[in-house]
Amino acid sequence: MNQLYAFVLKEFRHIARDRWTTIILLCLPVVMLVLFGFAISTEVKNTPLAVVDQSKDELSRQLVERLASNQYFRLVKNLDSVEEAEELFKSGKASLVLVVGPGFRKELIAYGTAPVQLLADASDPNTARTVVSYATAVISSFQQQALGGGSVPYRITPVVKLLYNPTMKGAYNFVPGTLGLILMLICAMMTSVSIAREKELGTMEVLLVSPVRPLTMIIAKVIPYFVLSVVDFVLICLISVFVLDVPISGSLFWLVIVSLTYICLALALGILISSMVSSQLVALLISGMAMIVPVMFLSGMMFPIDTMPVVFQWLSKILPASWYISAVRKLMIMGLGFEAIRSDLAVLAGMTLLLALVAMKKHKARLDG
Amino acid sequence: MSVIVAENLTKRFGAFTAVDAISFSVSEGEIFGFLGANGAGKTTAMRMLCGLSRPTSGRGIVAGFDAALQPELVKASIGYMSQKFSLYEDLKVWENIRLYAGIYGVSASSIPTVIDQTLERLGFGTERNALVGSLPLGWKQKLAFAVAMVHKPRIVFLDEPTGGVDPVARRQFWEMIYEAADAGVTIFVTTHYMDEAEYCHRVSIMVDGRVEALDQPRELKRLHSVPSMQEVFFQLARRARRKEA
Repeated sequence: MNQLYAFVLKEFRHIARDRWTTIILLCLPVVMLVLFGFAISTEVKNTPLAVVDQSKDELSRQLVERLASNQYFRLVKNLDSVEEAEELFKSGKASLVLVVGPGFRKELIAYGTAPVQLLADASDPNTARTVVSYATAVISSFQQQALGGGSVPYRITPVVKLLYNPTMKGAYNFVPGTLGLILMLICAMMTSVSIAREKELGTMEVLLVSPVRPLTMIIAKVIPYFVLSVVDFVLICLISVFVLDVPISGSLFWLVIVSLTYICLALALGILISSMVSSQLVALLISGMAMIVPVMFLSGMMFPIDTMPVVFQWLSKILPASWYISAVRKLMIMGLGFEAIRSDLAVLAGMTLLLALVAMKKHKARLDG
Repeated sequence: MSVIVAENLTKRFGAFTAVDAISFSVSEGEIFGFLGANGAGKTTAMRMLCGLSRPTSGRGIVAGFDAALQPELVKASIGYMSQKFSLYEDLKVWENIRLYAGIYGVSASSIPTVIDQTLERLGFGTERNALVGSLPLGWKQKLAFAVAMVHKPRIVFLDEPTGGVDPVARRQFWEMIYEAADAGVTIFVTTHYMDEAEYCHRVSIMVDGRVEALDQPRELKRLHSVPSMQEVFFQLARRARRKEA
């Protein structure tokens, strides 16, 4: 106990003395959440909208009115012809143009359907897709209303309803992702670098000659980063609830449990990495390249897993972060409970156990060189 | 009484025999110089004696314990200072002492006393709160030696303790070694400096994994009819067939 205490004390002192790293570790989640939550948000608000209304009847005016009054669109100009729209796109003054053909009302009454055209600036395809789907939703709801009881009784209108995140807020997606990334970063990267540093500086040799047991050493290494991760976890949750307005709508208890499991997993991974390398730089590169990048791109944090090529879908299945992020989404955003995350939690726990075993074995093997 | 005994201690890595059946014994309070060119097998032999590496055959008995079978007991009875500077540069002087006192099982209540005594013995009273990284190398090495002695071990292994420091600092360092030996501590020291070999009670010289010579410096010089240990070392090391590692 005495040994462990002396060792943990030493680890905390290392961290405290390395002031910049500590500041970065504590500020990083804040910066990332603010960046992801506000700046590089995928939600689209105030899209500049231009209109070419060739019928100028009562109904078409109502349609334009409906779109313009929506918070996602901002009417910038009424155009006379489609040709003018191109100018507007090029100058970047409009991202969406609605073209209403002549005789809009007449056709709608007569045939129950009337063509309208949506022109979108797809140089940014993601935004364009989002904008068009918003507009389509608005138009079809308008159509239903305009037809009232309906002169055509059996028409089917596809209605898109966005569940759980009705306004498609970007922050909803990024909070779980940031959690997955930050915790991995602190635990795996910092632990592996910290152990590799001892090897590089030669202090590890002295520790090996000392009566400290390897297990004691590893536990002592891990405790400070565990604490730091928990602090960051709490910080992220607070920011997400109070700044980004992302509620924790599900079970807080299971969110904590699944997060603690993930932290342990990341720590085990860090220990494993450190057992394979002997320099800080390599430890940094491996944990950076092999973990941070895949977590960003393959875990579903930025891009949906379902639309990836099959190979990448498999890859994302072996990424612990994918399971964690999926569980956090269910708990925070969808408001589900234990039943929903049972399999995610089981996979994470299994991975943690496996990694911890391999890491311990590796560290043992290295001692008898 | 012998406190370190090597009996046909051997270490093979595949077809390569790093340490080839070496035997010697070191008695209590002795300063034993363990010499050899780079790659002669010194470090491997020392690692086996410290319980860090398992011998392929033979035995190493340190402080009465078999280093291969009871490494934990061996580790608890020895002090160790490595050629690579082994203290934490980002910790303060007293924090380093505190860490190793804790690791070597000095009881929590006597740790403050141990820290004060160590600082006093070193004359580091005003450096108590200095970061180790800010100390000159000679001071760091003195501190490292004091830290290796913090749990009052009966045996200390010093792996090239004076590498890179100036002659004055080396001289001071050897005074500390003598002081410890006078108090009955056994010193097992490797070095590259042949003037330091002269300070040892006995020296062994390893060539190609074998102990080629083992005696008092005076006897070795007489045997080879040369005036200095430097010459003795050259004569023996010339026979080496291995390349430097």
